[in-house]
Amino acid sequence: MVINMDVLKRIPVKEQDPKVRARNFEEVCLGYDKEEAMEEASRCLKCKNAKCITGCPVSIDIPGFIKAVEAGDIEEAYQVISKYSALPAVCGRVCPQETQCEQRCIRAIKGESVSIGKLERFVADWARVNDVKPEAAKEKKSQKVAVIGSGPAGLTCAGDLAKMGYDVTIFEALHEPGGVLVYGIPEFRLPKDTVVKSEIENVKALGVKIETNVVIGKSTTIDELMEEEGFEAVFVGSGAGLPKFMGIPGENANGVFSANEYLTRSNLMKAFDENYDTPIAAGQKVAVVGGGNVAMDAARTALRLGAQVYIVYRRSEEELPARVEEVHHAKEEGVILKLLTNPTEILVDDNGWVKGMKCIEMELGEADASGRRRPVEKPDSEFELEVDTVIMSLGTSPNPLISSTTTGLDINKYRCIIANEENGQTTKEGVFAGGDAVTGAATVILAMGAGKAAAKGIDEYLQNK
Amino acid sequence: MYRIVKKESLNPTVTLMEVEAPLIAKKAEPGQFIILRVDSNGERIPLTIADFNRATGTVTIIYQIVGATTQALDHLKEGENIQDFAGPLGRPTETEDFKKVAVVGGGVGCAIAYPVAKKLYEQGCEVHSITGFRNKELVILEEEFKKVSNKLVLMTDDGSYGTKGLVTDALKTLIESGEKYDAVITIGPLIMMKFVCALTKEYQIKTLASMNPIMIDGTGMCGGCRLSVGGKTKFACVDGPDFDGHEIDFDEALTRSSIYKPFERRAHEEVCHLYEMEVK
Repeated sequence: MVINMDVLKRIPVKEQDPKVRARNFEEVCLGYDKEEAMEEASRCLKCKNAKCITGCPVSIDIPGFIKAVEAGDIEEAYQVISKYSALPAVCGRVCPQETQCEQRCIRAIKGESVSIGKLERFVADWARVNDVKPEAAKEKKSQKVAVIGSGPAGLTCAGDLAKMGYDVTIFEALHEPGGVLVYGIPEFRLPKDTVVKSEIENVKALGVKIETNVVIGKSTTIDELMEEEGFEAVFVGSGAGLPKFMGIPGENANGVFSANEYLTRSNLMKAFDENYDTPIAAGQKVAVVGGGNVAMDAARTALRLGAQVYIVYRRSEEELPARVEEVHHAKEEGVILKLLTNPTEILVDDNGWVKGMKCIEMELGEADASGRRRPVEKPDSEFELEVDTVIMSLGTSPNPLISSTTTGLDINKYRCIIANEENGQTTKEGVFAGGDAVTGAATVILAMGAGKAAAKGIDEYLQNK
Repeated sequence: MYRIVKKESLNPTVTLMEVEAPLIAKKAEPGQFIILRVDSNGERIPLTIADFNRATGTVTIIYQIVGATTQALDHLKEGENIQDFAGPLGRPTETEDFKKVAVVGGGVGCAIAYPVAKKLYEQGCEVHSITGFRNKELVILEEEFKKVSNKLVLMTDDGSYGTKGLVTDALKTLIESGEKYDAVITIGPLIMMKFVCALTKEYQIKTLASMNPIMIDGTGMCGGCRLSVGGKTKFACVDGPDFDGHEIDFDEALTRSSIYKPFERRAHEEVCHLYEMEVK
């Protein structure tokens, strides 16, 4: 069959209807089938100096895997990707490709870029369905490396080290590995039982051991792991999980949640599913304060739990830090954007529950140091928004539990661990760090890039030890 | 999986379990807690560490059957396993520098007060324990407290055992009889701790209250357990669970503890129904 196609345009990807999906937790994007993937792959010009590779934080050989897809050899495509990435089914779904690989695609100059993310996702999903696994190391080394945290940074670092033959153990504080992939990003963007679980199984298949319910800094410390347990190097990928609140009146009222709490209840504890014990106070009229991807995830989760939902953001749509695709999806599903609006107080009823939110309108002033126009309050523009639930999604910072219990591990004024960008080396010998623990809240793929760089750094360190 | 090595009923609604968890036993200090999940569909609940044995690698928890999860936990037998058991979490109770302390426990809170009293006593501190229960049937750990207290006053609401009245009555009597405490440490229902703190504030006695808000992760990543202390927002799981009792906003804490009441009632009914079916 020949698909009639305009080479300037990408092959569209099937999605669940917005009206239907706004009421379920099934994945929104349905992905390509093999035929569509091969067609889309044929749009790639297989550049010699492929710019797309430079846009990928883990430098996947993009033309290399796409060439295999075009030829219909999906297994080969998977092995190419696996050389660079431990979590392709995740990255193909959650990377902001429009500002990374796809932004640099030569096709994007005149027309639409090649749909690299969707192709990567297709390859990874095909490998899962057909039970193709990445190849484990043939030669084992005896040196032990501990990885703290099983989020994207830790899983990538552990996977790369295992491929080099090291004896790797991941320590995870929660009962389930995956970090933000399991507690943060919702099911409708990243299915847990299929996609996340199987990618973690792949990392285990490389020989990585995962110990859950171990809170480093409490159950044991990095110093003890190195001095008593024989770990010769440690990678800290503990993320930035400490939520911020605004500090406005009424913030501790019943019905005010951090996005982390709301999403953890729904995603990790599966509160949306009645077969699970954890409750969630979903709300009827919900305001999500903030404009990042986490805000979009919280808003779309509340929507699916049956609420009417507002995103309250102090700048305009142009400045929303969330991915364009996510904002588009949220709007399609019926999330209402209340832009240039900032909350000043949570209004509380006699029983201690949220009954509304006092807000003030904003306008954009001069650009600040970061280049973004600063929001300024409009005088006399206060108004009340009637809501029963408020979800604060104002960003997160690193949890001080690890830095405060490890001797010689320095942090900066934002409580982020200080680490060399090239190899992840911290101020403590043998201890490396990467991901949100170092940068503050960022993206999955940047964390993976940092985990990869640190794995290389650890290898060099152990080789020379 | 974490094996239950011992299970013992302390009264009709309170059970003791000794659980194999060597990592936690090695590090635990009085005042710290664990988070457990009974099974793979379960919720995470915090329980304070009632005792630990570093040599055998076991941790003791004492819980009251109040809802679906504690009921499911109580359904497990000796030799069976708890799915998840993480800790020790929170900060240990501050026990240094005290020479004379009143430990005030209420109901199942006495299980948490006991290791604190024990540690203080072993440090050479003079310990006066006041334990309160609704009635005689619910009394727990009387012998244990006797062993680690220079004075023990046992109160019951209805006077069916010990002295009739509330723990605050007993504390007030002791203070007015001239006992001078460096600190009062109180652990029990929120409402009881609120009144203990109100009383000691009158006498300006430093008071630590062990708070028990709703928790999910217990590691500081969600703020579900937040409360106001001295006008500032604190996370009980990492900043506490102990706080200066005279600074805590108890009314806010009481309101926050009721967030999930309707869900909890429904879940409890479902679980009861399930177990009844099993019996039939």
